[in-house]
Amino acid sequence: MNAVLTILIGSIFVNNFAMSRFYGICPFLGVSKKLETAFGMGMAVTFVMAIASLVAYLVNQYLLIAFNLEYLQVIAFILVIAVLVQIVEMIIRKISPGLYQALGVYLPLITTNCAVLGVAQLNVTEGYNLVLSVLNGVASALGYTLAICLFAGIRERLSLGNLPKWMEGFPGAMIAAGLMAVAFNGFSGLI
Amino acid sequence: MSGILAIVIAALVLSILGLLFGAGLGVADHFLKVPTNPKVAELREVLPGANCGACGYPGCDGYASAVGEGKAEIGLCAVGGPACAAKMAAIMGVESNGAGTKLVATVACQGYGEHCRPKSTYEGIQDCVAAALVNSGTKACQYACLGLGTCERACPFGAIKVDPVKKIAVVDQEKCQSCKKCVAACPQHVLSMQPIDRVVTVGCHNPEKGIALKENCDRACIGCSACEKACQFDAIQMVNNVPVIDYTKCVGCMACADACPTGAMQADFDSRLEAYINQELCVGCNICNKQCKFDAIEGGLKEKHRVLGACTGCGLCAQKCPRKCITMRERRAPRNKMDKAKPLATPAKPAPAKPAPQGEKA
Repeated sequence: MNAVLTILIGSIFVNNFAMSRFYGICPFLGVSKKLETAFGMGMAVTFVMAIASLVAYLVNQYLLIAFNLEYLQVIAFILVIAVLVQIVEMIIRKISPGLYQALGVYLPLITTNCAVLGVAQLNVTEGYNLVLSVLNGVASALGYTLAICLFAGIRERLSLGNLPKWMEGFPGAMIAAGLMAVAFNGFSGLI
Repeated sequence: MSGILAIVIAALVLSILGLLFGAGLGVADHFLKVPTNPKVAELREVLPGANCGACGYPGCDGYASAVGEGKAEIGLCAVGGPACAAKMAAIMGVESNGAGTKLVATVACQGYGEHCRPKSTYEGIQDCVAAALVNSGTKACQYACLGLGTCERACPFGAIKVDPVKKIAVVDQEKCQSCKKCVAACPQHVLSMQPIDRVVTVGCHNPEKGIALKENCDRACIGCSACEKACQFDAIQMVNNVPVIDYTKCVGCMACADACPTGAMQADFDSRLEAYINQELCVGCNICNKQCKFDAIEGGLKEKHRVLGACTGCGLCAQKCPRKCITMRERRAPRNKMDKAKPLATPAKPAPAKPAPQGEKA
């Protein structure tokens, strides 16, 4: 139970993927203009991360370790993630064409999203078992969703605000992201 | 040997993994396939990709899919124009519905310089939106083009400029891509979309009525309906005391502009044509005489017909002449409204005088 709580708090707040580990910054900045799409992105990442943690664990445990091929972890995980992203893309396209349009190029970009690869790698280095791996994946993704949704809310407000011309758009967003990271830094030492 | 074996095993494991995943994707594709209309992709190829939204759909993709699903008509793309409409019609297997005339932004105000003086000196933010908020605009007429260039800044194609001398917006019709951004930006609602091939233009949009308007602007439309009455083709209707021209009916005779007492109805009289009857071919069938709505053709049955100065150049007679002896040519003299065929009963006073110059022309 203690381990579960540690993973939850640790992955969502303390070692937040976007704000503390700085993984997945490309979609974090790219899809955070609107809260709605940001949440959609977060959910897509959550789905991919959860399944990726599961499949990556199985592949690692029963294929790579069994054949003494641990050095192939990165390439095998990328393979897993790429396939998962493809499936997610198909599902979203089927279920919600609007979200598919809104996510645009950032959806296939999850493939190369270091956050997903990062969570698979972390699970291995931390030595989590199957349940904890999936939990860590989900918790990390929820932390990412939390960060991107908060950030999208800030950006929605910023876009309405009376910013100087040179601060409009990305400059303001970058500074906002930096300040958010400082705020998330306050969680450090919690575990 | 074991090293090579390790490499082979590694390659095998990854290949099998990849094969399995590939098969999984194939199965998933089978179940999750979204049927796409191949026509949509073709339509998207034809559209210009400006994503301006003038068609009323969210970008070219949105319009292409709407057309593909039969929800939208072809030819709504303003930027692509008739060429694009024709291509889309070919893809959809329908006739281009003629909605191909390019619409261009048009300025419905001629209140520059002495016509419509500023009522005060405006020194605020140099933008029409700001200026329009102060004291109903800066000009004597509260509906006037303020000439501070909000439309110019809204235009992504550089097609609309504020004339430096006149201080009024002027549209470069060739550059205009019909995106309507200026129409939306203008706080005075001076701009509207009109066909590029129009002959007459309503140059005022103030909805008030009465001669008193001329105190504010001597080119104001005073809502007198003279143009509506002058139009023989039923193309003009007064809406909110401003003429609205149905350009599908307008033949470009400029009779409305002749009738306008203030010059609010704009027309380029230099480009006006007149009918000319080839005297050798005319057999006096009198069809042109019956067609003419302006009494501008003289001559009875079995006589050679002549065109009088009242001809507006509408071209109706030239279309109807069975002998094809009427041609439209450049005007030799401006239109003279009074020089028209008189009913037979009245003594034809100007008639003997006029045929002489007409005869020379022939």
